[in-house]
Amino acid sequence: MTTTTLTKQQPATADTGTTVPYAARIDHVSKSFGRTGAQQHVLDDISIDVAPGEFVCLLGASGCGKSTLLNLVAGLDAPSAGAIETPGGRPALMFQEHALFPWLTAGRNIELALRLRGVPRAERREEAERLLELVRLKGAHGKRVHELSGGMRQRVAMARALAQDSQLLLMDEPFAALDAITRDVLHDELTRIWRETNLSVLFVTHNVREAVRLAERVVLLSSRPGKIAREWRVDIPQPRRIEDAAVADLSIEITEQLRGEIRRHGQH
Amino acid sequence: MASTETKAPATTAEGDGSGDIAGLEAGLDALESRVVDRQPWLRTAASKAFPPLVAIAIVLALWQLAYHFALKPHYLLPSPVDVGRSLQQKWLEGTLLSFVWTSVSRGALGFLASVVLGTALGLIVAQVKAVRAAIGPILSGLQSLPSVAWVPAAIIWFGLSDATIYTVVLLGAVPSIANGLVAGVDQISPLYLRAGRTIGATGLAGVRHVLLPAALPGYIAGLKQGWAFSWRSLMAAELIVNAPDLGTGLGQLLEQGRELQDMSWVLSAILLILIVGIGIELLIFAPVERRVLRSRGLLVKS
Repeated sequence: MTTTTLTKQQPATADTGTTVPYAARIDHVSKSFGRTGAQQHVLDDISIDVAPGEFVCLLGASGCGKSTLLNLVAGLDAPSAGAIETPGGRPALMFQEHALFPWLTAGRNIELALRLRGVPRAERREEAERLLELVRLKGAHGKRVHELSGGMRQRVAMARALAQDSQLLLMDEPFAALDAITRDVLHDELTRIWRETNLSVLFVTHNVREAVRLAERVVLLSSRPGKIAREWRVDIPQPRRIEDAAVADLSIEITEQLRGEIRRHGQH
Repeated sequence: MASTETKAPATTAEGDGSGDIAGLEAGLDALESRVVDRQPWLRTAASKAFPPLVAIAIVLALWQLAYHFALKPHYLLPSPVDVGRSLQQKWLEGTLLSFVWTSVSRGALGFLASVVLGTALGLIVAQVKAVRAAIGPILSGLQSLPSVAWVPAAIIWFGLSDATIYTVVLLGAVPSIANGLVAGVDQISPLYLRAGRTIGATGLAGVRHVLLPAALPGYIAGLKQGWAFSWRSLMAAELIVNAPDLGTGLGQLLEQGRELQDMSWVLSAILLILIVGIGIELLIFAPVERRVLRSRGLLVKS
Protein backbone atom coordinates (compact mmCIF):
# COMPACT_ATOMS: atom_id res chain seq x y z
CA MET A 1 0.00 0.00 0.00
CA THR A 2 2.95 2.35 0.17
CA THR A 3 2.84 3.21 -3.49
CA THR A 4 -0.69 4.41 -3.45
CA THR A 5 -1.43 7.86 -2.24
CA LEU A 6 -4.26 6.74 -0.01
CA THR A 7 -4.27 5.97 3.68
CA LYS A 8 -7.68 4.35 3.53
CA GLN A 9 -9.44 2.14 4.28
CA GLN A 10 -10.72 -0.51 6.51
CA PRO A 11 -13.15 -2.93 4.93
CA ALA A 12 -16.77 -2.11 5.59
CA THR A 13 -17.18 -3.55 9.02
CA ALA A 14 -19.90 -3.12 11.51
CA ASP A 15 -19.09 -2.50 15.17
CA THR A 16 -19.04 -6.24 15.80
CA GLY A 17 -16.06 -6.56 13.49
CA THR A 18 -17.78 -8.88 11.04
CA THR A 19 -17.51 -7.95 7.38
CA VAL A 20 -20.74 -6.64 5.93
CA PRO A 21 -21.42 -7.73 2.35
CA TYR A 22 -22.65 -4.33 1.23
CA ALA A 23 -21.62 -0.70 1.40
CA ALA A 24 -25.23 0.41 1.17
CA ARG A 25 -28.45 -1.51 1.46
CA ILE A 26 -31.63 0.09 0.21
CA ASP A 27 -34.32 -2.20 1.50
CA HIS A 28 -37.87 -1.89 0.15
CA VAL A 29 -37.72 1.86 0.36
CA SER A 30 -40.72 4.03 -0.51
CA LYS A 31 -41.01 7.77 -0.22
CA SER A 32 -43.97 10.07 -0.60
CA PHE A 33 -44.31 13.78 -0.04
CA GLY A 34 -47.26 15.92 0.93
CA ARG A 35 -50.20 15.53 3.24
CA THR A 36 -52.22 12.35 3.46
CA GLY A 37 -54.91 12.52 0.84
CA ALA A 38 -52.86 14.62 -1.59
CA GLN A 39 -49.78 12.44 -1.41
CA GLN A 40 -47.27 12.18 -4.16
CA HIS A 41 -45.46 8.86 -4.38
CA VAL A 42 -41.94 9.52 -5.50
CA LEU A 43 -40.27 6.19 -4.80
CA ASP A 44 -41.99 2.84 -4.72
CA ASP A 45 -40.45 -0.23 -3.12
CA ILE A 46 -36.84 0.21 -4.19
CA SER A 47 -34.29 -2.38 -3.18
CA ILE A 48 -30.65 -2.05 -4.18
CA ASP A 49 -27.52 -3.44 -2.55
CA VAL A 50 -24.27 -1.72 -3.38
CA ALA A 51 -21.38 -4.14 -2.78
CA PRO A 52 -18.13 -2.84 -1.24
CA GLY A 53 -16.07 -1.38 -4.03
CA GLU A 54 -18.93 -1.52 -6.49
CA PHE A 55 -19.84 1.27 -8.92
CA VAL A 56 -23.59 1.49 -9.46
CA CYS A 57 -25.36 4.00 -11.67
CA LEU A 58 -28.98 4.96 -11.06
CA LEU A 59 -30.46 5.96 -14.36
CA GLY A 60 -33.81 7.51 -15.06
CA ALA A 61 -35.78 10.27 -16.74
CA SER A 62 -36.91 13.28 -14.75
CA GLY A 63 -39.44 12.48 -12.08
CA CYS A 64 -37.98 9.09 -11.29
CA GLY A 65 -36.91 10.29 -7.86
CA LYS A 66 -33.26 9.46 -8.27
CA SER A 67 -32.08 12.55 -6.42
CA THR A 68 -34.64 11.89 -3.71
CA LEU A 69 -33.27 8.39 -3.33
CA LEU A 70 -29.74 9.74 -3.03
CA ASN A 71 -30.85 12.21 -0.35
CA LEU A 72 -32.35 9.30 1.57
CA VAL A 73 -29.13 7.31 1.37
CA ALA A 74 -27.19 10.41 2.42
CA GLY A 75 -29.43 10.68 5.47
CA LEU A 76 -30.65 14.15 4.53
CA ASP A 77 -34.22 12.84 4.52
CA ALA A 78 -36.02 9.81 5.93
CA PRO A 79 -37.86 7.16 3.88
CA SER A 80 -41.62 6.80 4.31
CA ALA A 81 -41.25 3.02 4.37
CA GLY A 82 -38.39 0.58 4.25
CA ALA A 83 -34.87 0.93 5.57
CA ILE A 84 -31.49 2.17 4.44
CA GLU A 85 -28.24 0.93 5.90
CA THR A 86 -24.81 2.36 5.27
CA PRO A 87 -22.46 0.36 7.49
CA GLY A 88 -19.43 2.47 6.55
CA GLY A 89 -20.80 5.54 8.32
CA ARG A 90 -22.14 8.74 6.84
CA PRO A 91 -21.74 8.63 3.06
CA ALA A 92 -19.97 11.37 1.16
CA LEU A 93 -22.13 13.30 -1.28
CA MET A 94 -21.32 15.26 -4.41
CA PHE A 95 -23.83 17.51 -6.12
CA GLN A 96 -24.33 18.81 -9.63
CA GLU A 97 -23.17 22.17 -8.32
CA HIS A 98 -19.75 22.02 -6.71
CA ALA A 99 -21.19 23.32 -3.39
CA LEU A 100 -17.73 24.40 -2.28
CA PHE A 101 -17.73 27.17 0.32
CA PRO A 102 -16.68 30.41 -1.38
CA TRP A 103 -15.37 31.88 1.86
CA LEU A 104 -12.65 29.24 2.02
CA THR A 105 -9.82 28.42 -0.35
CA ALA A 106 -9.88 25.12 -2.22
CA GLY A 107 -7.52 23.59 0.32
CA ARG A 108 -9.44 24.96 3.31
CA ASN A 109 -12.65 23.46 1.99
CA ILE A 110 -10.98 20.07 2.15
CA GLU A 111 -9.45 20.80 5.54
CA LEU A 112 -12.87 21.69 6.94
CA ALA A 113 -14.17 18.25 5.98
CA LEU A 114 -11.08 16.72 7.60
CA ARG A 115 -11.58 18.79 10.73
CA LEU A 116 -15.21 17.78 11.04
CA ARG A 117 -14.09 14.19 10.64
CA GLY A 118 -11.79 14.66 13.62
CA VAL A 119 -8.42 14.75 11.88
CA PRO A 120 -5.92 16.54 14.16
CA ARG A 121 -4.89 20.01 13.06
CA ALA A 122 -1.27 19.05 12.44
CA GLU A 123 -2.23 16.47 9.82
CA ARG A 124 -4.90 18.40 7.95
CA ARG A 125 -2.71 20.46 5.70
CA GLU A 126 -0.70 17.50 4.51
CA GLU A 127 -3.80 15.36 4.02
CA ALA A 128 -5.47 18.14 2.02
CA GLU A 129 -2.41 18.44 -0.21
CA ARG A 130 -2.47 14.70 -0.73
CA LEU A 131 -6.13 14.73 -1.72
CA LEU A 132 -5.55 17.66 -4.09
CA GLU A 133 -2.75 15.71 -5.67
CA LEU A 134 -5.08 12.74 -6.04
CA VAL A 135 -7.46 14.85 -8.12
CA ARG A 136 -4.45 16.33 -9.93
CA LEU A 137 -4.75 19.81 -8.50
CA LYS A 138 -1.40 20.00 -6.85
CA GLY A 139 -0.68 23.61 -5.97
CA ALA A 140 -4.34 24.68 -5.92
CA HIS A 141 -4.53 24.76 -2.11
CA GLY A 142 -4.59 28.54 -1.86
CA LYS A 143 -6.87 29.15 -4.84
CA ARG A 144 -10.24 30.73 -4.24
CA VAL A 145 -13.24 28.83 -5.56
CA HIS A 146 -14.15 31.51 -8.08
CA GLU A 147 -10.66 31.36 -9.53
CA LEU A 148 -11.15 27.73 -10.57
CA SER A 149 -12.79 26.41 -13.73
CA GLY A 150 -15.92 24.28 -13.53
CA GLY A 151 -13.95 21.08 -13.94
CA MET A 152 -11.43 22.07 -11.28
CA ARG A 153 -14.21 22.95 -8.86
CA GLN A 154 -15.77 19.53 -9.28
CA ARG A 155 -12.40 17.92 -8.66
CA VAL A 156 -11.96 19.94 -5.47
CA ALA A 157 -15.49 18.89 -4.51
CA MET A 158 -14.44 15.31 -5.16
CA ALA A 159 -11.37 15.76 -2.96
CA ARG A 160 -13.59 17.21 -0.24
CA ALA A 161 -15.92 14.21 -0.53
CA LEU A 162 -12.93 11.87 -0.30
CA ALA A 163 -11.74 13.77 2.76
CA GLN A 164 -14.71 12.36 4.64
CA ASP A 165 -13.05 8.99 4.37
CA SER A 166 -16.41 7.36 3.83
CA GLN A 167 -16.82 3.90 2.32
CA LEU A 168 -19.55 5.17 0.07
CA LEU A 169 -19.55 8.06 -2.35
CA LEU A 170 -22.91 9.32 -3.55
CA MET A 171 -22.87 11.42 -6.70
CA ASP A 172 -25.87 13.40 -7.89
CA GLU A 173 -25.29 14.19 -11.57
CA PRO A 174 -21.93 15.70 -10.66
CA PHE A 175 -20.81 16.32 -14.22
CA ALA A 176 -24.11 17.44 -15.77
CA ALA A 177 -23.18 21.12 -15.82
CA LEU A 178 -19.78 20.62 -17.44
CA ASP A 179 -18.86 20.85 -21.10
CA ALA A 180 -18.34 17.60 -23.00
CA ILE A 181 -14.55 17.66 -23.07
CA THR A 182 -14.23 18.34 -19.36
CA ARG A 183 -16.86 15.77 -18.53
CA ASP A 184 -14.98 13.17 -20.54
CA VAL A 185 -11.77 13.87 -18.65
CA LEU A 186 -13.57 13.73 -15.31
CA HIS A 187 -15.03 10.34 -16.24
CA ASP A 188 -11.49 9.09 -16.65
CA GLU A 189 -10.46 10.66 -13.37
CA LEU A 190 -13.41 9.26 -11.47
CA THR A 191 -12.72 5.77 -12.82
CA ARG A 192 -9.06 6.08 -11.84
CA ILE A 193 -9.84 7.33 -8.34
CA TRP A 194 -12.52 4.73 -7.81
CA ARG A 195 -10.11 1.95 -8.72
CA GLU A 196 -7.36 3.36 -6.55
CA THR A 197 -9.52 3.85 -3.48
CA ASN A 198 -11.87 0.86 -3.31
CA LEU A 199 -14.76 3.23 -2.84
CA SER A 200 -18.30 2.14 -3.46
CA VAL A 201 -20.02 4.63 -5.70
CA LEU A 202 -23.72 5.26 -6.19
CA PHE A 203 -23.94 7.62 -9.14
CA VAL A 204 -27.16 9.23 -10.32
CA THR A 205 -27.52 10.40 -13.91
CA HIS A 206 -29.95 10.78 -16.76
CA ASN A 207 -27.17 10.30 -19.28
CA VAL A 208 -27.23 6.69 -20.53
CA ARG A 209 -23.76 6.79 -22.07
CA GLU A 210 -22.29 8.23 -18.93
CA ALA A 211 -23.85 5.41 -16.92
CA VAL A 212 -22.47 2.74 -19.23
CA ARG A 213 -19.08 4.47 -19.40
CA LEU A 214 -18.70 4.45 -15.61
CA ALA A 215 -20.70 1.74 -13.92
CA GLU A 216 -20.35 -1.93 -13.18
CA ARG A 217 -24.09 -2.07 -12.79
CA VAL A 218 -26.77 0.18 -14.23
CA VAL A 219 -30.15 0.36 -12.52
CA LEU A 220 -32.94 1.87 -14.59
CA LEU A 221 -35.72 3.56 -12.67
CA SER A 222 -39.16 4.18 -14.12
CA SER A 223 -40.84 7.47 -13.33
CA ARG A 224 -43.71 8.57 -11.13
CA PRO A 225 -43.32 6.76 -8.92
CA GLY A 226 -39.70 5.71 -9.20
CA LYS A 227 -39.50 1.95 -9.39
CA ILE A 228 -36.73 -0.35 -10.54
CA ALA A 229 -37.49 -1.14 -14.17
CA ARG A 230 -34.42 -3.19 -15.07
CA GLU A 231 -30.80 -3.78 -14.23
CA TRP A 232 -27.77 -4.37 -16.39
CA ARG A 233 -24.37 -5.65 -15.48
CA VAL A 234 -21.71 -3.85 -17.50
CA ASP A 235 -18.86 -6.26 -18.20
CA ILE A 236 -16.93 -4.04 -20.57
CA PRO A 237 -13.38 -3.82 -19.14
CA GLN A 238 -12.11 -0.50 -17.72
CA PRO A 239 -10.71 1.85 -18.79
CA ARG A 240 -13.58 2.42 -21.16
CA ARG A 241 -14.15 5.30 -23.44
CA ILE A 242 -17.50 6.84 -24.08
CA GLU A 243 -16.97 6.24 -27.84
CA ASP A 244 -16.31 2.49 -27.46
CA ALA A 245 -18.53 0.32 -29.62
CA ALA A 246 -19.42 -1.90 -26.67
CA VAL A 247 -20.44 1.18 -24.65
CA ALA A 248 -22.52 2.41 -27.57
CA ASP A 249 -24.26 -0.96 -28.08
CA LEU A 250 -25.33 -1.28 -24.48
CA SER A 251 -26.31 2.40 -24.39
CA ILE A 252 -28.64 1.85 -27.35
CA GLU A 253 -30.26 -1.07 -25.62
CA ILE A 254 -30.75 0.82 -22.38
CA THR A 255 -31.95 3.95 -24.19
CA GLU A 256 -34.64 1.89 -25.95
CA GLN A 257 -35.88 0.65 -22.62
CA LEU A 258 -35.72 4.14 -21.11
CA ARG A 259 -37.74 5.55 -24.00
CA GLY A 260 -40.29 2.79 -23.52
CA GLU A 261 -40.62 3.83 -19.87
CA ILE A 262 -41.08 7.46 -20.84
CA ARG A 263 -43.65 6.61 -23.55
CA ARG A 264 -45.87 4.85 -21.02
CA HIS A 265 -46.44 8.22 -19.36
CA GLY A 266 -47.82 9.73 -22.56
CA GLN A 267 -50.44 7.02 -22.93
CA HIS A 268 -52.58 7.85 -19.94
CA MET B 1 2.57 18.26 -14.15
CA ALA B 2 1.32 15.54 -11.88
CA SER B 3 1.86 12.77 -14.35
CA THR B 4 4.04 10.31 -12.51
CA GLU B 5 2.68 10.11 -9.03
CA THR B 6 -0.45 8.19 -9.93
CA LYS B 7 1.03 4.83 -10.81
CA ALA B 8 -0.77 3.02 -8.06
CA PRO B 9 -1.11 -0.74 -8.54
CA ALA B 10 -4.74 -0.46 -9.62
CA THR B 11 -3.95 1.89 -12.48
CA THR B 12 -1.24 -0.04 -14.18
CA ALA B 13 -3.80 -1.37 -16.64
CA GLU B 14 -4.26 2.16 -17.89
CA GLY B 15 -0.57 2.41 -18.63
CA ASP B 16 0.34 5.59 -20.39
CA GLY B 17 -3.27 6.63 -20.82
CA SER B 18 -3.19 8.10 -17.34
CA GLY B 19 -0.36 10.42 -18.27
CA ASP B 20 -2.33 11.58 -21.29
CA ILE B 21 -5.28 12.49 -19.13
CA ALA B 22 -3.07 14.44 -16.77
CA GLY B 23 -1.67 16.44 -19.64
CA LEU B 24 -5.11 17.03 -21.13
CA GLU B 25 -6.42 18.07 -17.77
CA ALA B 26 -3.56 20.46 -17.15
CA GLY B 27 -4.34 22.02 -20.54
CA LEU B 28 -8.03 22.38 -19.74
CA ASP B 29 -7.25 23.89 -16.35
CA ALA B 30 -4.92 26.40 -17.93
CA LEU B 31 -7.43 27.33 -20.63
CA GLU B 32 -10.35 27.79 -18.30
CA SER B 33 -8.75 29.46 -15.31
CA ARG B 34 -9.42 33.11 -15.03
CA VAL B 35 -6.55 35.37 -14.32
CA VAL B 36 -7.68 38.10 -11.96
CA ASP B 37 -5.47 41.11 -12.42
CA ARG B 38 -5.67 43.98 -10.00
CA GLN B 39 -4.85 47.52 -10.84
CA PRO B 40 -2.10 49.28 -8.92
CA TRP B 41 -3.45 50.47 -5.60
CA LEU B 42 -2.52 54.10 -6.11
CA ARG B 43 -4.18 54.40 -9.50
CA THR B 44 -7.41 52.80 -8.19
CA ALA B 45 -7.45 55.20 -5.28
CA ALA B 46 -6.78 58.20 -7.50
CA SER B 47 -9.45 57.29 -10.04
CA LYS B 48 -11.96 56.70 -7.24
CA ALA B 49 -11.18 59.87 -5.34
CA PHE B 50 -11.32 62.20 -8.33
CA PRO B 51 -15.10 62.41 -9.02
CA PRO B 52 -16.13 63.10 -5.40
CA LEU B 53 -13.41 65.77 -5.12
CA VAL B 54 -14.79 67.51 -8.19
CA ALA B 55 -18.29 67.35 -6.71
CA ILE B 56 -17.06 68.86 -3.44
CA ALA B 57 -15.28 71.63 -5.33
CA ILE B 58 -18.49 72.47 -7.21
CA VAL B 59 -20.51 72.59 -3.98
CA LEU B 60 -17.93 74.89 -2.38
CA ALA B 61 -17.93 77.14 -5.43
CA LEU B 62 -21.73 77.44 -5.41
CA TRP B 63 -21.66 78.14 -1.68
CA GLN B 64 -19.03 80.84 -2.19
CA LEU B 65 -21.14 82.39 -4.96
CA ALA B 66 -24.22 82.38 -2.74
CA TYR B 67 -22.16 84.09 -0.05
CA HIS B 68 -20.69 86.56 -2.53
CA PHE B 69 -24.08 87.67 -3.81
CA ALA B 70 -25.41 87.64 -0.21
CA LEU B 71 -28.45 85.46 -0.87
CA LYS B 72 -28.85 85.55 2.90
CA PRO B 73 -27.26 87.94 5.36
CA HIS B 74 -23.72 86.91 6.21
CA TYR B 75 -24.54 86.04 9.81
CA LEU B 76 -27.06 83.49 8.46
CA LEU B 77 -24.89 82.19 5.63
CA PRO B 78 -21.19 82.45 6.40
CA SER B 79 -18.63 81.70 3.70
CA PRO B 80 -16.67 78.44 3.50
CA VAL B 81 -13.66 80.42 4.68
CA ASP B 82 -15.53 81.56 7.81
CA VAL B 83 -16.39 77.97 8.63
CA GLY B 84 -12.79 76.97 8.04
CA ARG B 85 -11.63 79.72 10.36
CA SER B 86 -14.03 78.61 13.04
CA LEU B 87 -12.61 75.08 12.77
CA GLN B 88 -9.08 76.42 12.83
CA GLN B 89 -9.78 78.42 15.94
CA LYS B 90 -11.06 75.38 17.82
CA TRP B 91 -8.07 73.43 16.57
CA LEU B 92 -5.73 76.11 17.90
CA GLU B 93 -7.56 76.12 21.23
CA GLY B 94 -6.71 72.43 21.33
CA THR B 95 -10.30 71.40 22.01
CA LEU B 96 -11.31 70.11 18.60
CA LEU B 97 -9.82 66.63 18.92
CA SER B 98 -11.28 66.15 22.38
CA PHE B 99 -14.79 66.94 21.04
CA VAL B 100 -14.29 64.42 18.25
CA TRP B 101 -12.82 61.84 20.60
CA THR B 102 -15.66 62.19 23.12
CA SER B 103 -18.19 61.42 20.41
CA VAL B 104 -16.20 58.75 18.58
CA SER B 105 -15.42 56.84 21.77
CA ARG B 106 -19.09 56.97 22.78
CA GLY B 107 -20.11 55.90 19.29
CA ALA B 108 -17.59 53.07 19.21
CA LEU B 109 -18.54 51.78 22.65
CA GLY B 110 -22.24 51.96 21.86
CA PHE B 111 -21.65 50.29 18.51
CA LEU B 112 -19.65 47.43 20.02
CA ALA B 113 -22.34 46.80 22.62
CA SER B 114 -24.90 46.89 19.80
CA VAL B 115 -22.88 44.33 17.83
CA VAL B 116 -22.89 41.91 20.75
CA LEU B 117 -26.60 42.32 21.44
CA GLY B 118 -27.65 42.58 17.78
CA THR B 119 -25.70 39.48 16.78
CA ALA B 120 -27.15 37.35 19.53
CA LEU B 121 -30.63 38.67 18.83
CA GLY B 122 -30.23 38.20 15.06
CA LEU B 123 -29.06 34.60 15.44
CA ILE B 124 -31.98 33.73 17.66
CA VAL B 125 -34.51 35.39 15.36
CA ALA B 126 -32.98 33.75 12.27
CA GLN B 127 -32.83 30.27 13.75
CA VAL B 128 -35.84 29.93 16.04
CA LYS B 129 -39.11 29.95 14.14
CA ALA B 130 -41.31 30.90 17.08
CA VAL B 131 -39.10 33.86 18.01
CA ARG B 132 -39.03 35.04 14.42
CA ALA B 133 -42.81 34.89 14.15
CA ALA B 134 -43.11 36.80 17.41
CA ILE B 135 -40.53 39.58 17.15
CA GLY B 136 -39.30 39.49 13.53
CA PRO B 137 -41.83 42.07 12.29
CA ILE B 138 -41.30 44.26 15.37
CA LEU B 139 -37.57 44.20 14.77
CA SER B 140 -37.89 45.36 11.18
CA GLY B 141 -40.50 47.91 12.23
CA LEU B 142 -38.14 49.35 14.84
CA GLN B 143 -35.71 50.16 12.05
CA SER B 144 -38.08 52.74 10.67
CA LEU B 145 -38.57 54.39 14.04
CA PRO B 146 -36.20 57.37 14.27
CA SER B 147 -34.14 56.72 17.37
CA VAL B 148 -34.43 60.39 18.41
CA ALA B 149 -37.95 59.41 19.43
CA TRP B 150 -36.40 57.39 22.26
CA VAL B 151 -34.60 60.41 23.71
CA PRO B 152 -37.48 61.77 25.82
CA ALA B 153 -38.22 58.31 27.18
CA ALA B 154 -34.56 57.70 27.97
CA ILE B 155 -34.26 61.05 29.75
CA ILE B 156 -37.26 60.20 31.92
CA TRP B 157 -35.69 56.85 32.78
CA PHE B 158 -32.08 57.84 33.27
CA GLY B 159 -31.98 61.64 33.50
CA LEU B 160 -29.24 63.59 31.75
CA SER B 161 -26.60 60.87 31.89
CA ASP B 162 -24.39 58.64 29.78
CA ALA B 163 -26.91 55.87 30.30
CA THR B 164 -29.45 57.91 28.36
CA ILE B 165 -27.06 58.43 25.47
CA TYR B 166 -26.13 54.75 25.29
CA THR B 167 -29.76 53.66 25.55
CA VAL B 168 -30.63 55.72 22.49
CA VAL B 169 -27.60 54.43 20.58
CA LEU B 170 -28.44 50.80 21.38
CA LEU B 171 -32.09 51.20 20.45
CA GLY B 172 -30.98 52.70 17.16
CA ALA B 173 -28.28 50.23 16.19
CA VAL B 174 -29.32 46.85 17.59
CA PRO B 175 -32.34 46.35 15.29
CA SER B 176 -30.39 47.08 12.11
CA ILE B 177 -27.51 44.78 13.07
CA ALA B 178 -29.94 42.01 13.99
CA ASN B 179 -31.91 42.55 10.79
CA GLY B 180 -28.73 42.47 8.71
CA LEU B 181 -27.78 39.13 10.21
CA VAL B 182 -31.28 37.74 9.67
CA ALA B 183 -31.18 38.87 6.03
CA GLY B 184 -27.72 37.37 5.64
CA VAL B 185 -28.88 34.03 7.01
CA ASP B 186 -31.98 34.07 4.81
CA GLN B 187 -29.91 34.61 1.71
CA ILE B 188 -27.70 31.58 2.28
CA SER B 189 -28.02 29.15 -0.59
CA PRO B 190 -29.64 25.94 0.72
CA LEU B 191 -26.92 24.12 -1.18
CA TYR B 192 -24.28 25.24 1.34
CA LEU B 193 -26.39 24.04 4.22
CA ARG B 194 -26.86 20.65 2.54
CA ALA B 195 -23.18 20.42 1.71
CA GLY B 196 -22.35 21.38 5.28
CA ARG B 197 -24.58 18.68 6.69
CA THR B 198 -23.09 16.01 4.45
CA ILE B 199 -19.57 16.78 5.65
CA GLY B 200 -20.78 16.71 9.23
CA ALA B 201 -21.28 20.37 10.05
CA THR B 202 -24.37 20.01 12.22
CA GLY B 203 -25.50 21.85 15.32
CA LEU B 204 -23.00 24.37 16.67
CA ALA B 205 -20.32 23.29 14.19
CA GLY B 206 -22.82 24.04 11.44
CA VAL B 207 -23.44 27.53 12.82
CA ARG B 208 -19.75 28.22 13.17
CA HIS B 209 -18.40 26.72 9.95
CA VAL B 210 -21.28 27.21 7.53
CA LEU B 211 -24.06 29.47 8.75
CA LEU B 212 -22.01 32.42 10.04
CA PRO B 213 -19.42 32.58 7.25
CA ALA B 214 -22.15 32.14 4.63
CA ALA B 215 -24.16 34.97 6.19
CA LEU B 216 -21.13 37.24 6.48
CA PRO B 217 -21.86 39.56 3.52
CA GLY B 218 -25.35 40.35 4.80
CA TYR B 219 -24.01 40.62 8.33
CA ILE B 220 -21.38 43.16 7.31
CA ALA B 221 -24.01 45.19 5.45
CA GLY B 222 -25.97 45.13 8.70
CA LEU B 223 -22.93 46.24 10.70
CA LYS B 224 -22.36 49.11 8.29
CA GLN B 225 -25.92 50.24 8.66
CA GLY B 226 -25.67 49.63 12.39
CA TRP B 227 -22.72 52.03 12.59
CA ALA B 228 -24.63 54.67 10.63
CA PHE B 229 -27.55 54.28 13.03
CA SER B 230 -25.30 54.41 16.10
CA TRP B 231 -23.69 57.60 14.89
CA ARG B 232 -26.99 59.25 14.03
CA SER B 233 -28.60 58.19 17.31
CA LEU B 234 -25.58 59.41 19.22
CA MET B 235 -25.79 62.85 17.62
CA ALA B 236 -29.51 63.07 18.33
CA ALA B 237 -28.87 62.12 21.95
CA GLU B 238 -25.93 64.50 22.39
CA LEU B 239 -27.92 67.38 20.94
CA ILE B 240 -30.61 67.00 23.56
CA VAL B 241 -28.76 65.49 26.51
CA ASN B 242 -26.60 68.42 27.49
CA ALA B 243 -25.08 68.53 30.94
CA PRO B 244 -21.76 70.00 32.08
CA ASP B 245 -20.50 66.79 33.65
CA LEU B 246 -21.14 64.75 30.50
CA GLY B 247 -18.30 66.26 28.52
CA THR B 248 -18.65 67.90 25.16
CA GLY B 249 -19.19 65.74 22.11
CA LEU B 250 -19.92 66.92 18.59
CA GLY B 251 -23.65 67.01 19.27
CA GLN B 252 -23.17 69.21 22.30
CA LEU B 253 -20.78 71.39 20.29
CA LEU B 254 -23.48 71.83 17.68
CA GLU B 255 -26.05 72.77 20.32
CA GLN B 256 -23.66 75.32 21.88
CA GLY B 257 -23.22 76.91 18.46
CA ARG B 258 -27.00 77.23 18.14
CA GLU B 259 -27.27 78.81 21.59
CA LEU B 260 -24.65 81.37 20.60
CA GLN B 261 -26.36 81.90 17.23
CA ASP B 262 -22.93 81.37 15.63
CA MET B 263 -23.66 79.94 12.19
CA SER B 264 -19.98 79.29 11.36
CA TRP B 265 -19.71 77.28 14.56
CA VAL B 266 -22.89 75.33 13.75
CA LEU B 267 -21.79 74.58 10.20
CA SER B 268 -18.32 73.50 11.28
CA ALA B 269 -19.86 71.12 13.84
CA ILE B 270 -22.15 69.66 11.15
CA LEU B 271 -19.14 69.27 8.89
CA LEU B 272 -17.20 67.44 11.59
CA ILE B 273 -20.09 65.07 12.27
CA LEU B 274 -20.32 64.30 8.57
CA ILE B 275 -16.58 63.80 8.17
CA VAL B 276 -16.30 61.44 11.13
CA GLY B 277 -19.28 59.38 9.95
CA ILE B 278 -18.01 59.10 6.39
CA GLY B 279 -14.42 58.59 7.52
CA ILE B 280 -15.21 55.61 9.70
CA GLU B 281 -17.34 54.10 6.99
CA LEU B 282 -14.59 54.53 4.40
CA LEU B 283 -11.66 53.56 6.62
CA ILE B 284 -13.17 50.60 8.42
CA PHE B 285 -16.32 49.20 6.86
CA ALA B 286 -15.70 49.69 3.16
CA PRO B 287 -12.34 47.85 3.12
CA VAL B 288 -13.68 44.96 5.21
CA GLU B 289 -16.72 44.61 2.99
CA ARG B 290 -14.66 44.81 -0.20
CA ARG B 291 -12.26 42.23 1.09
CA VAL B 292 -15.00 39.77 1.97
CA LEU B 293 -16.78 40.23 -1.34
CA ARG B 294 -13.62 40.01 -3.40
CA SER B 295 -12.43 36.85 -1.71
CA ARG B 296 -15.74 35.24 -2.65
CA GLY B 297 -15.64 36.43 -6.23
CA LEU B 298 -18.69 38.63 -5.61
CA LEU B 299 -17.02 41.92 -6.48
CA VAL B 300 -17.48 42.33 -10.21
CA LYS B 301 -14.90 44.50 -11.88
CA SER B 302 -16.50 46.78 -14.38
